[in-house]
Amino acid sequence: MPSLIDLALEGRKVPQHGPWPRVIVDTSVWRFTARELAHGRWNLLGLWGEPATVHMAIMDGDTSEIAVVGLDCPNRTYPSVGMHHPPALRLERAINDLFGLSAEGLPDTRPWLDHNRWGLRFPLGDHIEALPTAAPYPFLAVEGNGLHQIAVGPVHAGIIEPGHFRFTASGETVVRLEQRLGYTHKGIEGLMTGASLERAVQLAGRVSGDSTVAYAYAFSRAAEAALELVVPDRAVFLRALLAELERLANHLGDIGAVCNDASFALMHAHCGVLRESVLRAANAAFGHRLMRDVIVPGGVARDISADGAETIQAALDNIRLRFPALVELYDNTASLQDRTVDTGILKPALASQYATGGYIGRASGRSFDARQNLSYAPYDSLRLQVPVLNEGDVNARVWIRVREVEQSLSLIDQILNRLPEGPLGANAAHRVEPREGMAIVEGFRGDILVWLRLRDGKVERCHLRDPSWFQWPLLEAVIENNIVADFPLCNKSFNCSYSGQDL
Amino acid sequence: MRRLLFESVFRQPLTEQAPTPGDAAVAELATALGSAARRRLGRSLSIREIDAGSCNGCELEIHALNNAYYDVERFGLRFVASPRHADVLMVTGPVTKNMREALERTYQATPDPKWVVAIGDCARDGGCFAGSYAVVGGVSEVVPVDLHIPGCPPTPTAMLQGLLALLERADTAAVTS
Repeated sequence: MPSLIDLALEGRKVPQHGPWPRVIVDTSVWRFTARELAHGRWNLLGLWGEPATVHMAIMDGDTSEIAVVGLDCPNRTYPSVGMHHPPALRLERAINDLFGLSAEGLPDTRPWLDHNRWGLRFPLGDHIEALPTAAPYPFLAVEGNGLHQIAVGPVHAGIIEPGHFRFTASGETVVRLEQRLGYTHKGIEGLMTGASLERAVQLAGRVSGDSTVAYAYAFSRAAEAALELVVPDRAVFLRALLAELERLANHLGDIGAVCNDASFALMHAHCGVLRESVLRAANAAFGHRLMRDVIVPGGVARDISADGAETIQAALDNIRLRFPALVELYDNTASLQDRTVDTGILKPALASQYATGGYIGRASGRSFDARQNLSYAPYDSLRLQVPVLNEGDVNARVWIRVREVEQSLSLIDQILNRLPEGPLGANAAHRVEPREGMAIVEGFRGDILVWLRLRDGKVERCHLRDPSWFQWPLLEAVIENNIVADFPLCNKSFNCSYSGQDL
Repeated sequence: MRRLLFESVFRQPLTEQAPTPGDAAVAELATALGSAARRRLGRSLSIREIDAGSCNGCELEIHALNNAYYDVERFGLRFVASPRHADVLMVTGPVTKNMREALERTYQATPDPKWVVAIGDCARDGGCFAGSYAVVGGVSEVVPVDLHIPGCPPTPTAMLQGLLALLERADTAAVTS
């Protein structure tokens, strides 16, 4: 098996791309890479376009070696990766919608983000006029006796993001779910182009509201990789503190919300109180409940407040006091277990094929956690145990969250105990020449990838890949043969981002 | 479970622990909102939330309105699953072009009288997404807006304040019309 480094030698290495190598390859190496992905030798981390280039980020699952492979496509076509490796399908459809680059051999050429409402086509490439009439979106055909369809969304019944779900059911059993997303497409990558770093990090923090810290973190680290900027120690630790608070708040909210979808409101109420306590502590410590706009390229925009550490510690003590009883309640309520155990099973093979991150991957045997596998600072010096289960059901995804709450509590303790003194940020020298950087940060939902090219102090191209790209398609798989009423449970246990995917 | 429920009987309600001015403001608002809502709609106001393209930040804080600290249902304010049951549409996000029609149709499905509250900086004018090829702009570009509640996202307290302001305006309108 060739290592990624060997592959890198096959192409023309791009200078000033950090921290992982990027190579420009020809179509034969591109095809070879697609086949290696299909054979499961490598993981697909991302696939994105530029007006006349496609890029693919890949990782060796065993060694966590990473490389970016680029292919110039002057004829506006490139060999499809998705025809060999299904996780690339939606990414290739999105590349076509945004750039007008078509994947040769792509089995599904329906538009994905483009609902023919923008007034133009290929907004990030050489754009052309929109089609005169919006063709109805052809859903995949489902045939059989007694099947009926249930159309849900884009406006859902709960307080959640918009998306369309097309269920085909036989009685109560779901035969097929097909998702139609893209409703919240805001054109963020278009707005990024030409933006200053200050504006770009603000946009990055608004890709997905529940991961605002993680996105600002990933964007900043990518910019720092490009500019070879060293972040001062205090900022490094404060960033991890912010990230863990965000993870803690989201996991606590999710554990309650999954139970609520089984109509077990007691857990929801108590978990909601704990989540609120984290948000209030975050507000006291950093001046914003969701900790927005705190992480910036070079460091952090503001320090933790004078009594911030104490407030956070008090919130942690309260969670340590109250949370175990809730976990026990979850574990000992038969009616709740009846809903979550064996429901919505994601097979480890699928999790591994899609290189699914976060609690979804870790509940289905894929142990990858960017904090551990890529061990970026300060996680390289903190104790962290990554929980892994193999059952892959809703219950396992709840348990992974429970264990991660415990880990985040421990990490926050470690960070507060060791928070170094010193400056909060570093300034980069102005660079005229193009410089590229990439970063992968573990958000609460999974690994967020940001790739960018800076030129003359501005963003020339920035791609932000939400973990949901490799999670949404699996939700279609896990709901099969479950009853319609269990969909909310499966969906909440995944908790994929609409806005992060639609971008 | 019995132990947890039993403890809850003796625990101070979280909403009444009001040591900070912020919590006190919530309690104050609660009383005022209660009486205004009662006059106008018999102590019941149904809210339908619509994400018209937000980043989901506003939704998180709208969720928080339902937690034990803010507990909007105490005031007769409740979130409903269908626009056909709603008096108020709470709309978040810069309206994306892909969501425009869904927002219009949800508005049309809501019976009169109805009010639209635009939540967050993006809902005012598109916020930091204004000018994108994929964004229409603020909510008022698509449906008439009665009130904007600014913030990125607005805090739950700010949203309660905003709903109160709306109720008083709705009351005045009812008197003058």
